[in-house]
Amino acid sequence: MTGTAAHDELMGELAGMLSKLNKSGVTITRATDFNADLNVDSVAVMDFVLEVEDTYDISIPINLLSEVTTVGEFADVVARARAEN
Amino acid sequence: MDLFDKFKPIAAAYEELRALGGDPFKVSFDRIVSPTIGVIGNAEIVLAGTNNYLGLTFDPNVIAAAQTGAAEFGAGTTGSRIANGTYSPHKLLEQELAAHFGLDQAIVFTTGYQANLAVVAGLAGPQDVVLIDADCHASIYDACKLSGAQIVRFAHNDPASLDRRLSRLDPEASNKMVITEGLYSMFGDVSPLAEFIEVKKRHNAYLVVDEAHSFGVFGPNGLGLAEADGVLADCDILVGTFSKSLAGIGGFAASSLPQFDLLRVAARAYMFTASSSAASVEATRAALREIKAQPELRDQIWANAKRLHAGLAGAGFKLCASPSPVIGVDMGDPGKATAFWNALLDEGVYVNLAIPPGTPNSTSLLRCSVSAAHSADQIDHIIKSFAAVGAKLAPPDAAE
Repeated sequence: MTGTAAHDELMGELAGMLSKLNKSGVTITRATDFNADLNVDSVAVMDFVLEVEDTYDISIPINLLSEVTTVGEFADVVARARAEN
Repeated sequence: MDLFDKFKPIAAAYEELRALGGDPFKVSFDRIVSPTIGVIGNAEIVLAGTNNYLGLTFDPNVIAAAQTGAAEFGAGTTGSRIANGTYSPHKLLEQELAAHFGLDQAIVFTTGYQANLAVVAGLAGPQDVVLIDADCHASIYDACKLSGAQIVRFAHNDPASLDRRLSRLDPEASNKMVITEGLYSMFGDVSPLAEFIEVKKRHNAYLVVDEAHSFGVFGPNGLGLAEADGVLADCDILVGTFSKSLAGIGGFAASSLPQFDLLRVAARAYMFTASSSAASVEATRAALREIKAQPELRDQIWANAKRLHAGLAGAGFKLCASPSPVIGVDMGDPGKATAFWNALLDEGVYVNLAIPPGTPNSTSLLRCSVSAAHSADQIDHIIKSFAAVGAKLAPPDAAE
């Protein structure tokens, strides 16, 4: 699988996991902002991270989330954690 | 461009909330009559959101001790514990707390918030990993940030979630500090400490338990949930506050770790702040004596907690946990919670409004805290007021 294909697959999986938070049904892209577009607060984002960690059996320390505002930025963090695993 | 621009969403939410009535975050009592009655203007309010679990704030011995402390040592200490701010009452309180827990050492801090800052940010550093229960108090989150440690969050009260996260770490690479609370302050649920201890032992991690809301309330001697569950000796560090059952202001950490005393020269939250006043420390010492002398206060608070829990459940409210001195009432959404909070205050009952962000599972709740000093009539007044407001506004369950 190419890097782009792997990334697209990850984005698709994250979008699926985000569906229960995506109450207004916006299309999830790399630019989707957790707070502004999904209206998800920081605690809900951290709860979502718990689910992602267990899905991929990775650790995402919350220190890494301080700069994350969009789904694309989060996907990059997940991809790095999976690569390091 | 303005420094305050980033607060626009908060400002808008705050404005929306204030439009529903009073300002829940600027309540000011003109007089406090007793542990359970406050006065706003001419209205007497039953206090059901104070954390005054044992009702000792007006205990004559506690007040007399505070007066003696001020008379003998002055109003303030004007200095830090490591400079001029350690007086004999600070040392005596530390000895008495350590003896009360049966642990080697206790250290007293100026607030409970600082106790967590000192323990977590004082002990954990960039090479360490701190694993925190998702519902830990803001002071623990802040302490983690200050520490520079890698912060890993595990699902609330879920030992398997902690186990998975510890398993992902290199067993040799870093020190691991696990943090849970005893009684959680929003929902009133308790930590499965014995299960967490089994996990932390298997992974060779340290366990810190914050007993802020459980000290004085749980256990045969009121030491907290760890004592109640028979696991006190397996907890590496216990943290607590003086501003709840102990009726004052301040915090402590207690431990038998051999080098625990080093915190006094390593923890900035201990070193770079003025120490508690002697009045405050003497009041806490007296409250500690009362906790030992009056075990019936614990029987009374549990009776009151069960009465309020049963009454609210019987009135059809959705409660967040089993009976405990903290009773969270799920209101559905922030608007309903705020309207309900305002109407309750109009009925003469003060509770805490807790709305997202910062609440578990983004729950909007009214948080009641029960006191041993509540009379049965006051508990019944709280229940009747909830029922009356619920009848006026849409009951939360029916509105779901």
